[in-house]
Amino acid sequence: MALAFDEFGRPFIILREQDQKTRLRGIDAQKANIAAGKAVARILRSSLGPKGMDKMLQGPDGDVTITNDGATILEQMDVDNQIAKLMVELSRSQDYEIGDGTTGVVVMAGALLEQAERQLDRGIHPIRVAEGYEMASRVAVEHLERISQKFEFDVDNFEPLVKTCMTTLSSKIVNRCKRSLAEIAVKAVLAVADLERRDVNLDLIKVEGKVGGNLEDTELIYGILVDKDMSHPQMPKQIEDAHIAILTCPFEPPKPKTKHKVDIDTVEKFETLRKQEQQYFDEMVQKCKDVGATLVICQWGFDDEANHLLMHRNLPAVRWVGGVELELIAIATGGRIVPRFQELTPEKLGKAGMVREKSFGTTKERMLYIEHCANSKAVTIFIRGGNKMMIEETKRSIHDALCVARNLIRNKSIVYGGGAAEIACSLAVDAAADKYPGVEQYAIRAFAEALDSVPMALAENSGLQPIETLSAVKSQQLKENIPFYGIDCNDVGTNDMREQNVFETLIGKQQQILLATQVVKMILKIDDVISNSEY
Amino acid sequence: MNYQQTIGDMKPGKREREEAEEGRKGSAENTIDKIFKDDASEEKGERARMASFIGAMAIADLVKSTLGPKGMDKILQSTGRGHSVTVTNDGATILKSLHIDNPAAKVLVDISKVQDDEVGDGTTSVVVLAGELLREAEKLVTSKIHPMTIIAGYRMAAECARDALLKRVIDNKENAEKFRSDLMKIAMTTLCSKILSQDKEHFAEMAVDAVFRLKGSTNLEAIQIIKKPGGSLRDSFLDEGFILDKKIGIGQPKRIENAKILVANTAMDTDKVKIYGARVRVDSMTKVAEIEGAEKEKMKDKVNKILAHGINCFVNRQLIYNFPEELFADAGVLAIEHADFEGIERLGLVTGGEIASTFDNPESVKLGHCKLIEEIMIGEDKLIHFSGVEMGQACSIVLRGASHHVLDEAERSLHDALCVLSQTVNDSRVLLGGGWPEMVMAKEVDELARKTAGKKSHAIEAFSRALVAIPTTIADNAGLDSAELVAQLRAEHHNEGCNAGIDVISGAVGDMEERGIYEAFKVKQAVLLSATEAAEMILRVDEIITCAPRRREDRM
Repeated sequence: MALAFDEFGRPFIILREQDQKTRLRGIDAQKANIAAGKAVARILRSSLGPKGMDKMLQGPDGDVTITNDGATILEQMDVDNQIAKLMVELSRSQDYEIGDGTTGVVVMAGALLEQAERQLDRGIHPIRVAEGYEMASRVAVEHLERISQKFEFDVDNFEPLVKTCMTTLSSKIVNRCKRSLAEIAVKAVLAVADLERRDVNLDLIKVEGKVGGNLEDTELIYGILVDKDMSHPQMPKQIEDAHIAILTCPFEPPKPKTKHKVDIDTVEKFETLRKQEQQYFDEMVQKCKDVGATLVICQWGFDDEANHLLMHRNLPAVRWVGGVELELIAIATGGRIVPRFQELTPEKLGKAGMVREKSFGTTKERMLYIEHCANSKAVTIFIRGGNKMMIEETKRSIHDALCVARNLIRNKSIVYGGGAAEIACSLAVDAAADKYPGVEQYAIRAFAEALDSVPMALAENSGLQPIETLSAVKSQQLKENIPFYGIDCNDVGTNDMREQNVFETLIGKQQQILLATQVVKMILKIDDVISNSEY
Repeated sequence: MNYQQTIGDMKPGKREREEAEEGRKGSAENTIDKIFKDDASEEKGERARMASFIGAMAIADLVKSTLGPKGMDKILQSTGRGHSVTVTNDGATILKSLHIDNPAAKVLVDISKVQDDEVGDGTTSVVVLAGELLREAEKLVTSKIHPMTIIAGYRMAAECARDALLKRVIDNKENAEKFRSDLMKIAMTTLCSKILSQDKEHFAEMAVDAVFRLKGSTNLEAIQIIKKPGGSLRDSFLDEGFILDKKIGIGQPKRIENAKILVANTAMDTDKVKIYGARVRVDSMTKVAEIEGAEKEKMKDKVNKILAHGINCFVNRQLIYNFPEELFADAGVLAIEHADFEGIERLGLVTGGEIASTFDNPESVKLGHCKLIEEIMIGEDKLIHFSGVEMGQACSIVLRGASHHVLDEAERSLHDALCVLSQTVNDSRVLLGGGWPEMVMAKEVDELARKTAGKKSHAIEAFSRALVAIPTTIADNAGLDSAELVAQLRAEHHNEGCNAGIDVISGAVGDMEERGIYEAFKVKQAVLLSATEAAEMILRVDEIITCAPRRREDRM
């Protein structure tokens, strides 16, 4: 149909170069898109839940990643299909917004697409399906609000928070020491949280990893960890009560921005130049010393001469510290970043109770700990582990746990996990379906069915009979009218999620449903796919 | 450096690649639309699991034959220019040099590398154990046990095995003499599987001495290893002082007693003008001469300042040009140029001097001292020897041997021993060797399996079988009847508090305590935990997604 005719009967080309483009239209386009979306969801389906499996990803340079974090898998998957890319985006936006539930959102979208396909086969117009989904999602989100519970904790009693983080970590490879990691994450978040404003700036939590040691050696440091060592091997390795000068200017003679030349034509000038140069160095070091600094942290390097002068004047220094770290150090120690030596004043120095250098293993690897800072708002989580992949995976897991703790501080409402919330929503949506008179009713029912797929996948991954388990839990919820029953993934013996302490945040769950619905609606509305065919 | 494996035709990865190819063809029918980019591939479920099992086992089998005191070496040939050859039986070195395509195999290479960095020894054992764990897991998976159940079982077993070891550790930290003999035994056990096994007592003595000098620090940088071809391995020696592989400048004293040393890192050629944009512009020849004179004067000043420290030896990291060298010679000062960075740092460490770069206040610069500096000859090379140094932390080990290959391997072996020893000084718990720890763990784990209800017990049992595979391999490599020996060993271990292990030399089961075969607890623990961790990681995988390899320009 890309060919039209004008009033004189001449062909009229709308789409150029027919043979180089492929085009899918109408129901075929929708079918193809749904298939692609489903395929992506199918990959992630087996990673859902505490007994979910991992994926091994080999990158373009042969580097290996092992993870079961949905967002990471999709990001590294080298996807070519447009719809599949949409799914990747979907999981990424969940990651940015909430930080957890990245697998769940994709599985949910896949289930919605699967159900939509069935509705399309029945001859229901895609737009009607999309609208039905929209209504259903509204019902589900409202219902979540209703079944949500307030979650009580405070700074002294953070046990409930730890439990929630443990739920998140239990699906990762680190679940061997989920308890200690969850505690670390919660303590870190509480350390930087502003409980008054209910705000947590996750930038203040730095997650560092170093290969070696055990996962059990992972620790929380109330301070900053810098992967650098003292510039001179003979400088003191430990400084108590450090006054830190944080500099972004190099220990070098000034370099004016304007182009200039210093011409030397006589011996005298040569001599003065030499003197001048020496003086510069001397002055710079003296300046630091004068304001009372006992440690210099510099973004730039300095040459041997400056290095020795510093060493000589008993002023330990660290060079080549990255910009981000420099900022963190400034925040933590309450110092100011000083761009010029002239502006160095005692007030601008940062203060830390203890700065020490620590070495690891048999190789010459050292790190600098800056602890007991004036402003303890910045913390570092230092991860140790058997190999690089393990550390990367632990980093991702910790990130998830941090996000969960943050979300709980922002909004105290929780719903119960293990599929309990989904089952409750599914029941509510199913009940609501009958109230709608139009064709949308079918779509709403389909939505309810799609919600069931999350607990179904959970049961399947845990080695339970999916259909049997799901129907048992569903009838239990309906009979007792309590929305806490979920899938017993860890074979504990009860499916009361209150007892198992499996929580999820309300906003996380709501976001999942909303995002999945949005993407599915978008996919359903596409009825024409034009792409460059392969050449 | 890139090496290619030359032995046999075992190319891990090839088999799997073929399988993957088939897999892609097979699955092409049921994927409706192409999701991945052209060259990217996806392997699912059983197939993925099998691919990773096979890859990991291939790697384990590759290094298996190097395990134990009678383990064989491997030749590694570089594909790069020169086709340089390395002969080694160090697991980490072998694995580091392989080109590997299989992602699971990469996990194993990685753990071996970490083991090397962290404790230095046991790099082969960790890979072999992980391989055995996966081999057992494969059997369980084929008999329809879910990987997650296997992991749960492995975890319990690893925990139990560690406790079993903890119960049997020997700690002689209090008794200095005994502790030293423990260290000697550990060093000999480590060295006996290496090229140095002929002179293991000699080298063990050397390693223990060197490590004791470190006084608890793990910084092996302070031990300098100098390799000089010629002589035999037996001629290697540990030197109390410090040896610098440099020559003494011409016309300077060859021997200095009660030396005062200034260690420096400063430019002794022309000093650069560091003020930006400065340049010299002259308009006549006389002026050039004047400037040159000024420059010379400047250098002379610097030398005078250095001399003002009252030194008789000056060591610089950077070059010393002819002119200042001559000035130093005139003053009767020994000047050594271009000592490498580590050399300088070590020299600063041993002589107690600070590394100086400015020379304006001589009274506050700390000088290094030593009793005697002299030029010595090792083989054909002249070296500078600093003896009677103040701080005894650093020392030098001079290795002699028939060829570079021998020396390289000797250095690696000695490094392993030093690593293990320095770690043991900090964590003084030791265990018996010769397959004893494995048998102790296997016994405990077996008992746990009997107590555990549910499917997990199969996995726990499998763990114990994997542990027994290590003594089996040691015996096999020594050409002994492993089945017989291991059965005998198992029977012996039925008695509480038994010290039996495999004595490879006599080819029978023997008392390890009598034979003096000891291993560091830290190494064993690291082997156990990292191997379990790696096996767990690979087991959890149910899908492998391989991205399209990045295209490189030179391939086109």
